Amino acid sequence: MNNLQSIQYFLPELLIVQLALSIIILDLLSLKRWVNICVYIGLGCSALLLCQLSSPIDGFHIFNGMLINDSFSYYFKWIILISTASIIVISNYSKELDREYSVEFNAMILFVLLGMFLMTNSIDLLMIYLSIELVSIPSYVLAGILKNDKKSNEASLKYVIFGSFASGLMLFGLSWLYGISGSTNIYDIYNSLALVESPYMIYISLMLILVGFGYKISMAPLHYWTPDVYEGSPTVVTAFFSVAPKAAGFAILIRTFSILFTDANSLSVNTFPIHNVNWSLVVAVLSAITMSIGNLLALKQDNVKRMLAYSTISHVGFMLMAFSTTSVEGNIGIMFYLAMYMFMNLSAFFMVIHVENNFNVKNIEDWSGIGYKSPVLSIFMVLSLVSLAGLPPTSGFVGKVYLFRTLFATEQFYWLGIVAILNSVISLYYYFKIVKSMYFSEKVIEEKENIQAPVYTLIVLFSAQNILFYMYWSDLYNYIKGLF
Amino acid sequence: MENYILTLLIFLPVLGAILMLPASKYIKVPNIVKYIALATTGIQILLAAWLYMNFDPSLSVMESPFTVQLKWIEHFNIEYFVGVDGLSIPMVLLTALLSFICILASWNIEKKTLGYFSLFLLLDAGMMGVFLALDFFLFYIFWEVMLLPMYFLIGIWGGPQRHYAAIKFFLYTLFGSLFMLLAMIGLWYFTAPFNGGDGTFNLIRLIELAPQIDAQLWGWNVQWLLWIALFIGFAIKVPVFPFHTWLPLAHVEAPTAISVILAGVLLKMGTYGLLRISYPLLPGEVVAFSYTLAILGVINILWGAMCAIAQIDLKKMVAYSSVSHMGYVLLGMSAAVSPSLAGAEAGLNGAVMQMFNHGTITAMLFLLVGVLYDQAHHRWIVYPENHENQELAGKLAFGGLASQMPIFSAFVALAFFAGLGLPALSGFISEALCFIGGFSAFRLVTAIGTLGILLGAVYLLRAYQRVFLGPLNSSYADLKDINLRELGTVVPIAFLVLLFGVFPKPLVDMVSSSISSLVSIIQGAM
Repeated sequence: MNNLQSIQYFLPELLIVQLALSIIILDLLSLKRWVNICVYIGLGCSALLLCQLSSPIDGFHIFNGMLINDSFSYYFKWIILISTASIIVISNYSKELDREYSVEFNAMILFVLLGMFLMTNSIDLLMIYLSIELVSIPSYVLAGILKNDKKSNEASLKYVIFGSFASGLMLFGLSWLYGISGSTNIYDIYNSLALVESPYMIYISLMLILVGFGYKISMAPLHYWTPDVYEGSPTVVTAFFSVAPKAAGFAILIRTFSILFTDANSLSVNTFPIHNVNWSLVVAVLSAITMSIGNLLALKQDNVKRMLAYSTISHVGFMLMAFSTTSVEGNIGIMFYLAMYMFMNLSAFFMVIHVENNFNVKNIEDWSGIGYKSPVLSIFMVLSLVSLAGLPPTSGFVGKVYLFRTLFATEQFYWLGIVAILNSVISLYYYFKIVKSMYFSEKVIEEKENIQAPVYTLIVLFSAQNILFYMYWSDLYNYIKGLF
Repeated sequence: MENYILTLLIFLPVLGAILMLPASKYIKVPNIVKYIALATTGIQILLAAWLYMNFDPSLSVMESPFTVQLKWIEHFNIEYFVGVDGLSIPMVLLTALLSFICILASWNIEKKTLGYFSLFLLLDAGMMGVFLALDFFLFYIFWEVMLLPMYFLIGIWGGPQRHYAAIKFFLYTLFGSLFMLLAMIGLWYFTAPFNGGDGTFNLIRLIELAPQIDAQLWGWNVQWLLWIALFIGFAIKVPVFPFHTWLPLAHVEAPTAISVILAGVLLKMGTYGLLRISYPLLPGEVVAFSYTLAILGVINILWGAMCAIAQIDLKKMVAYSSVSHMGYVLLGMSAAVSPSLAGAEAGLNGAVMQMFNHGTITAMLFLLVGVLYDQAHHRWIVYPENHENQELAGKLAFGGLASQMPIFSAFVALAFFAGLGLPALSGFISEALCFIGGFSAFRLVTAIGTLGILLGAVYLLRAYQRVFLGPLNSSYADLKDINLRELGTVVPIAFLVLLFGVFPKPLVDMVSSSISSLVSIIQGAM
């Protein structure tokens, strides 16, 4: 489809660009109080547009084969939009952020949002690279948005160095693909790869690309930036990093690898790695390493944000477990899990933000007594933590069951299931360190709690999903299944 | 009524727990939370009694009017499938009874009553759910749901080491149950080819499907791997010998009522799970494993008893006696492969009855220890060597309490005698049946196991002598005898212990027909 015709399918993205630019102009015109209203209305409109576009469709290429417009990408866009919008709302109530730079903050988040939208439907090497960079570069700024905070600056710098290293390697991998095929469209490249005789060339480019994607989703051994960046960034930004870019990263990982490096050249069939280049085994091993490293290092953490950073790594490991099966069930499992993960992780992070706003809290011990100080929110926090640990009665358990299920459905990597189980047990221990701190101590908190209605509502709303999706999840599952 | 009774049994406590939240805020009656808990468990006991009156042991689960089978998650074939049969009804009655009694026994809890009683009711719902669920997925969910209230109940209201005990209990059980989760999903997939391409969690349907599994994994038979995974999950709960170390800690640190629930109901879930899931689904593996099971049972009996002898803490001694008594259940269960049909049925009947009887006896023991602890604020039999008051170290802590608290001592005597299996008390019948069954299958092992009765007499009688007999320790001359509320908690149990000791027929009638069908499944696989 040519550029002009494609625009009608690109309206949400265009609206976001428009929004980001207009709030900067509003700021220049000293109309700052209009910024929030503008952002809320704009995101609402793009949600409406997504609604209209995302009815199940067969994929078709737009912008002359640069992007693909399919249901798979819309599902991820929903997750990305919901999590980003909630972050924007919460950011208005965070005490950590400097009010003076709130417009820059919003604009940066909107640019990342655009990048993540593009990540979900890029099918051209150039678009893949550009969309990832469009996510990365504003993210570096976001990590360092506390200009006077040393840790925030350090986080930003570390992020830049690691990020540019990884994207350099990825670019090198992409250039191999171009060298093999002479094309940048991944469907064309697949046709050439099918004719390649030496698997080593595929292997090298595949590994280098995996570095780039793996860096984005913090897969071991490329996870080193995660704890430092998460700890140093303001909590709102950490919450943002822990969900939306991971979802976008999985979208691009699944799409690129399923199309380029499997026999089927498609997302929607169970298949095997191309030319017997056994990269699914590599992913399986990396998944085991990722979840083990995430969990084992989380055990030792005292800082809540750092601990949640490692927990994010371990959840990525769990999702990679499903990805390693190169099957539809695996993709469905990941998409299903991402929805659950968004709610549980964001509600946990919002609670951290709420607690940081009200009480002087850094480490897990500082949480003592909070269970009795704000009883309702604490119950929901426990719910989210139980969900993160993957126990019933929460949606985290259901999501985990579907991840395990993929191993049985495709009859491979059973050993990974056992590794995952041991990791689940470990993860319970550190999530419950927070619970223990909240409830098992007799400390009485003197400080006054100031409840902000939107924060309160979002925490309750998001953690209530842990129960709702546990009691009934058929429709969500069937919806995802219908996308393929 | 028939259709709703089981659902009511499970979800009534949840309703009570939810009701507590507004009630505690708006109804300004002191102890309103406790009254709601008492009322909820009271109604539950009435419902359970009604269920027992209308229960027809000759009907199978599918014929029973109480069975409810509804679709829950269609694409995964998960059902809301609850039903009751001879295996589960004693456990349901036990759970209802002990829950009610435990609410009474927790009446003097003053710390955060709302939390305590609402969590207790959630725990109650979880336990009921486990015993009534006939869908594996549902079973698993209830099984796990219990862990959370238990964690808080031990961790907030427990003894000095409660934090460690709570997390240890949680991690141990979780470790086992996650293997169960793998086995569950595995069962779904490996039975799918025999069920038209789609697996099922329906435990009744799986009885036909599971034995047909004929696959290999890592050079092992899949059925064998499933058995091992399930066994790890259940064995930790029982607890079977190498996995038992969480038990003494959790039992000792938990508040009295929670120890009662732990020992009285939670331990039975392990053996109940084996009988409900592993035995009918994988009879071939039962046959292969039963000798090991018998040996593990005997190790449990002897190890638990010897550890109990070494204890100087009364509650810890009772906790280890539970390990020992659960060994009888395992031994009885292993008898399912006995060459004589009568022996097999005796063994399994004994096992199920022992589950019920141990539930009552150990509940009584823990309650009585709790009564003593409430007054004396310690429960040492002998003061430990590192006691803070060095003058007391190594000396007898109590002594002669029989003259000070005669009624209390009489009840303790009854509980101890029941615990060591004195004839005419309920423990005797079930232990004897376990040994009869075990002897018909594995002579030598069972013969060694009978030593456990002797060891049981050693620790129980010695403890009784040290605490209750001899001259009265003057520092305890102000102890009061058991009061009316505490009597209310032990008398119903004591009545059951006496009743089933001389007239076990109601219990046998309940379980025997389910046991025969289970035995025929196992014997069919030999």
